[in-house]
Amino acid sequence: MDESIAIKIDHLTVAYDAKPVLWDISIEFKKQRLTAVIGPNGAGKSTLIKTMLSFIQPINGSISFFLENETASPYKAVKNKIAYVPQNTTVDWDFPATVLDVVLMGRYGHLGWMKRPGKKDKEIAKQMLLKVGLPTFASRQISQLSGGQRQRVFLARALAQEADVYIMDEPLAGVDMKTERIIMKLLKGLVEKGKTVIVVHHDLQTVGDYFDDVVLINQEVIAQGTVADAFTKKAIDQTYHQDRNLGEGEG
Amino acid sequence: MLNQIILLLNDYTFQVVALGTGFLGLLSGVVGTFATLRKESLLGDALSHAALPGIGIGFLIVQRKEMSVLLLGALIAGLIATLIIQTMSKRTVVKLDSALSLILSSFFGLGLVILTAIQNNPNARQAGLSNFIFGQASAMLLRDVQLIAIVGLVLLALVGIFWKEFKVFTFDPMFGRTLGFSGKIVETLLSTMIVMTIILGLESVGVILISSLLIGPSVAARQWTNRLSRVVMLAGLIGFVSGVIGTFISSIAVRIPTGPSIVVVVSAFVFISLFFSPKRGIIANHFAYKKRQSVFMNQIKSLEGDKK
Repeated sequence: MDESIAIKIDHLTVAYDAKPVLWDISIEFKKQRLTAVIGPNGAGKSTLIKTMLSFIQPINGSISFFLENETASPYKAVKNKIAYVPQNTTVDWDFPATVLDVVLMGRYGHLGWMKRPGKKDKEIAKQMLLKVGLPTFASRQISQLSGGQRQRVFLARALAQEADVYIMDEPLAGVDMKTERIIMKLLKGLVEKGKTVIVVHHDLQTVGDYFDDVVLINQEVIAQGTVADAFTKKAIDQTYHQDRNLGEGEG
Repeated sequence: MLNQIILLLNDYTFQVVALGTGFLGLLSGVVGTFATLRKESLLGDALSHAALPGIGIGFLIVQRKEMSVLLLGALIAGLIATLIIQTMSKRTVVKLDSALSLILSSFFGLGLVILTAIQNNPNARQAGLSNFIFGQASAMLLRDVQLIAIVGLVLLALVGIFWKEFKVFTFDPMFGRTLGFSGKIVETLLSTMIVMTIILGLESVGVILISSLLIGPSVAARQWTNRLSRVVMLAGLIGFVSGVIGTFISSIAVRIPTGPSIVVVVSAFVFISLFFSPKRGIIANHFAYKKRQSVFMNQIKSLEGDKK
């Protein structure tokens, strides 16, 4: 087994009803790399992430995680080593909670059932707020945050999980330049510390600057590897220009 | 009049009943906060309406007002309705809102048919089954109050024990599942608690209005504080006070059902909170908006003044 692999996806097929969303996909996410998952709308990026996190059961294929002792583990066994950052539009931000409350939720996995977060957890949560550039926001009501600040709070929550793998669904969607820079600096910092970061990304312009590796998908894997090798004009054209659902109305 | 009130307050039956509805209000406030934040309040409404045929059928089987059988019937009917609603919205073209109102009204209609049919049975009239529609707290026995107290304490303890789990699954259920908590367990527990609360309140508040006792206190409480713990406590308090005052109102005048009077009190809390809350209230928002507007206007004016 190649020691540098963190997650191995093997011949994965996922379908909603009869329509396949991901078709026979095999991907190897490398350790200590910042990997972008790129593809047009409806290409199955979010489905890929949700399947990796066991929200969706695949029809066929397997996903193995190689985190601790290099043996293949299913997602369930390594849940606490994986931090997930959903799109920040998936929750109701009028929920009665402070910023610190939300970041503290990142500690819940370590606490297990019933135990309450303690002083140490609050300390960690505050450190993470400092890292995302919101040190004075701890007691702020979450409904008062801007889009970029919300995204940073979600990132702080994931950081508080102190995980090995970070999986993020479009963390840069709809955020301002300042937040984008803060987030990318943090992600690079994580990779330098030996973490694996996987990001669903939509901005083709910034791929070269931001990422080490790239996976181009559109229902199938079109190309994968280092940005230099895989992010070619030919591969991009192939990813974005092939319309597999021609005649069915949606892409 | 005053004498009458004092007499009532000293009345043992009134005290028992008021305590029962007060505790029920407290429970609804606490559990209802989670239901409202999870956007499940409509489901509670459907469930309570759907409970009516279950009560009727329960009575038909045992032929007397055996509370445990009636409530079990209510529970089963409610769960069947919920199941149908969920299956409809997931498996058919019918959307959730249509499925909700369709099942809600058809089950309620069936309940009315059954109840009316068995009203001809003198047993049934005596049992006061129609009380289940609008609620009649005075029909509550000490036994019923004890049942509310015991089940209520268990539910409140569960909220305390699983506070952190309930919190994360109410705010962000997807994230909660990635933390290693079983979504099935937490969400089933939450739904069961909501169902239990509704079932407990059926006799005193009635199938039509019980859901507003779930929603009202939490909506009102949310206006005054930004912390989940305080929203839950305040909602419990508002629910308790509404239960007691509502029972009081229904007891001083003749034949006012308890459900409506409790709901009127809850609604008063909701309206006051929506209008007058200092940070989130409609009036406060209006003045804050006007103030911002005038600040901007002054800035624009001063900029224009500079140009000249």
